[in-house]
Amino acid sequence: MILKAKVYNKIFAFQSLKEVMSKANEEKSGDELVGIAAKSASERVAAKLVLSNLTLEDIYNNPVIPYEEDEVTRAIYDGLNLRIYQEIKSWTVGYLREYILDHKTTGENLLHISRGLTSEMIAAVAKLMSTMDLVCGSKKIRVQSHCNTTLGIPGTLAFRCQPNHPTDSVEGMLASLKEGLAYGSGDAVIGINPVEDNVETVSRLLDTVKNFMVKWEIPTQNCVLAHVTTQMKAIEKGAPVDLVFQSIAGTQKANDAFGVSSAILDEAFALAQRKGSATGPNLMYFETGQGSEVSLDAHLGVDMMTLEARTYGFARGYRPFMTNNVSGFIGPETIYSGREVIRADLEDLFMGKLHGLPMGIAPCYTNHMKADQNDQEMGTLLCAMAGSNFFMGVPGGDDVMLSYQDTSYHDDASTREILGLRPLPEFEQWLEKMGILENGKLTERAGDPSIFDK
Amino acid sequence: MAVANNDLEKVIIQSVMEELAKKGLLSQKGKDHMMSAAMMDMPFVPNPQSEEMVTFPPQEEMQIDNPFNADAVRAMKKLTPARIGIGRAGTRPKTMSLLRFLADHAVAQDAVFLDVSDEFLQRMNLMAVQSSAGSKDEFLQRPELGRRLSEEAARKIAEKCEKNVQVQILIVDGLSSSAIEANIPDLLPALMQGLKSSGIKVGAPFFIKNGRVWVQDHVASIVNCDVVISLIGERPGLGTAESLSAYMIYRPDENTVEADRTVISNIHKGGIPPAEAGAHLTDVIKQILSAKASGVKLNQQK
Ligand code: B12
Repeated sequence: MILKAKVYNKIFAFQSLKEVMSKANEEKSGDELVGIAAKSASERVAAKLVLSNLTLEDIYNNPVIPYEEDEVTRAIYDGLNLRIYQEIKSWTVGYLREYILDHKTTGENLLHISRGLTSEMIAAVAKLMSTMDLVCGSKKIRVQSHCNTTLGIPGTLAFRCQPNHPTDSVEGMLASLKEGLAYGSGDAVIGINPVEDNVETVSRLLDTVKNFMVKWEIPTQNCVLAHVTTQMKAIEKGAPVDLVFQSIAGTQKANDAFGVSSAILDEAFALAQRKGSATGPNLMYFETGQGSEVSLDAHLGVDMMTLEARTYGFARGYRPFMTNNVSGFIGPETIYSGREVIRADLEDLFMGKLHGLPMGIAPCYTNHMKADQNDQEMGTLLCAMAGSNFFMGVPGGDDVMLSYQDTSYHDDASTREILGLRPLPEFEQWLEKMGILENGKLTERAGDPSIFDK
Repeated sequence: MAVANNDLEKVIIQSVMEELAKKGLLSQKGKDHMMSAAMMDMPFVPNPQSEEMVTFPPQEEMQIDNPFNADAVRAMKKLTPARIGIGRAGTRPKTMSLLRFLADHAVAQDAVFLDVSDEFLQRMNLMAVQSSAGSKDEFLQRPELGRRLSEEAARKIAEKCEKNVQVQILIVDGLSSSAIEANIPDLLPALMQGLKSSGIKVGAPFFIKNGRVWVQDHVASIVNCDVVISLIGERPGLGTAESLSAYMIYRPDENTVEADRTVISNIHKGGIPPAEAGAHLTDVIKQILSAKASGVKLNQQK
């Protein structure tokens, strides 16, 4: 394993694979905060050069966090297909990049080798990829999943309708939901973040959305994004849960901070199978994002991008219906600017897809970051071109409860029309029946929540 | 010269038009139109004294063209502060929605950098200390500094604060000082009152500048209280910069994880109103005290 590189007349020596991995990253404030980022542009290139020459076996032999110490590492290694790994272990990371981009390599090929790649290998190759590389690679891979409807069908783009309300008011939530549906948003899921994390609130919201879905015959899935243990209690009490939600991270320590573990997630998944309200087989909804481990001081000296890949390694065992990436949700200490968010979104979309996950992106920003609406819209279009399965849909792009900006109902409709993408088929039929959409375009009637108030 | 020229032009146009009108070749409407076109060549002289200005239409105004049920849209807009009933230009927002969004973003960005005023702290009779973050920039970029008290703060707290109380209340600016100034005047008295009338022993509340949630663990290690509760400014949103959270924990120690905290968020006049929150938080603190646990551990016991 060669850890030294010469960039023109300068020689750079690295101590460990972990160091190479972090220094090979594009600039991000979270890596700088932890003190593991490259010190100069040349050092960054040197790290990329070293990385390009390492084999997949080198990476396999040097997990950034030891197997014995961390259940995320264990999930990644225990879930690996050893036969496929054996076939490709002599590839260098540089070769893997070219294999991914080669015209002869199909999405099917990539999903095949995916089973023999650890999360660190996937992070490594993404570190060698530029913006267009990431888009090219992502675009090849389509991952479909099924809950009540099928997500990820080629040519479609779906949205989570996110009708959050600062007091969990059912009527207020319904008003935002109607507005979203009237723009064609909500085919991925109708997902509400509750202010109050208790069984009563969660059940009330689940029942309301389910009844609305039944009354208007809307083909989609419902979800209330409380802590997983609260949702489990709600299921036990009979609440209709299509998708079980949880935020997850790339170290056991960070997951402890979130109050989750593989044992809890196993239990939640089993419960969704036994007592959930959806068809399945995909019943979980995960949220992830670069920086959560840093913000919880649970990074163990590993860079944010590699930790994000590990999060996907942890997620894939649960065969989620959707994995949503929210890099940009935390603040400037982890992701400083619009430029850093866009880069993170593309990395995450690619890394998630190469893990075989049904990925969606929330290109988003907070008001204490150096980012604005223009950055957000650029990120959205790039991720849509790269074949994101879904985005969020927030009224006017402003989440009045979580206090951040994300894709709006308007952005949802715009992105579909700009790129000629369609809603999920059953949902498109429903939109046509409601007179909201015609030939993939919003009708005159669209954008009016009062069409649900006869 | 220009004015004279223009006047001359006007006179010519007017007489030509009158001739045309006499011959029935020009209607009154056409005449007005042509006259106003002629007027447009007038040089524009701005008048800074004028009271006229451009501003946003009221937020509650319904912006949908030809709605199916306008009253229903208006009623919906009253039910939520979310940006709904805003209409569209094709698939894009209308010009006013776009500009209002930009304005709200500008205001929210500024809110992060405001400090809680000394006048406010005096009025509320709050002792003030600081975290290890010396400036707002440092606070934003180095979260670990906002999670520890400065040495001076630790000393002052050790010296002045009552030890071994049941509940210690902290007011922490966090990411929004507006949240503090807007809610504390109603919330703090209600909470103090609620706790005291339940016979709970409460230490004197004090203020921490440039603090994050975890700074409460440092305080608890000094005052040795059962429950420490931080009333802390949430990151400002476009809708409001006044949203406050209460983070509570039972006896934090070196094994504490984030999930051990209980949080009640969205305390502000458009969310949980601060006076009501006082009573709600009192109930939650009582539950924590009797369960000797907070966060997920508390919920598990319910
Ligand atoms: C940003 C944020 C996060 C970030 C935190 C990173 C960070 N540096 O702030 C991330 C993405 C990691 C996160 C995760 C989760 N969050 Co959160 N989060 C928020 C948000 C949007 C803003 C918080 C804020 O302004 N903090 C103020 C600053 C000054 O605090 P800080 O010291 O810099 O950062 C700390 C807090 O943000 C805290 N924190 C953030 N979320 C949560 C949630 C819980 C339960 C706890 C105990 C602490 C906590 O963690 C940070 C590190 O100490 C709030 C919504 C709101 N309006 O407040 C929701 C919110 C607090 N989160 C919520 C939830 C449910 C979660 C999750 C439990 C989701 C899940 N099912 O896994 C996870 C896990 C949290 C944990 N145990 O660590 C709920 C809490 C509901 C409740 N009453 O319990 C809120 C109110 C949003 C909602 N209504 O859904 N969150």
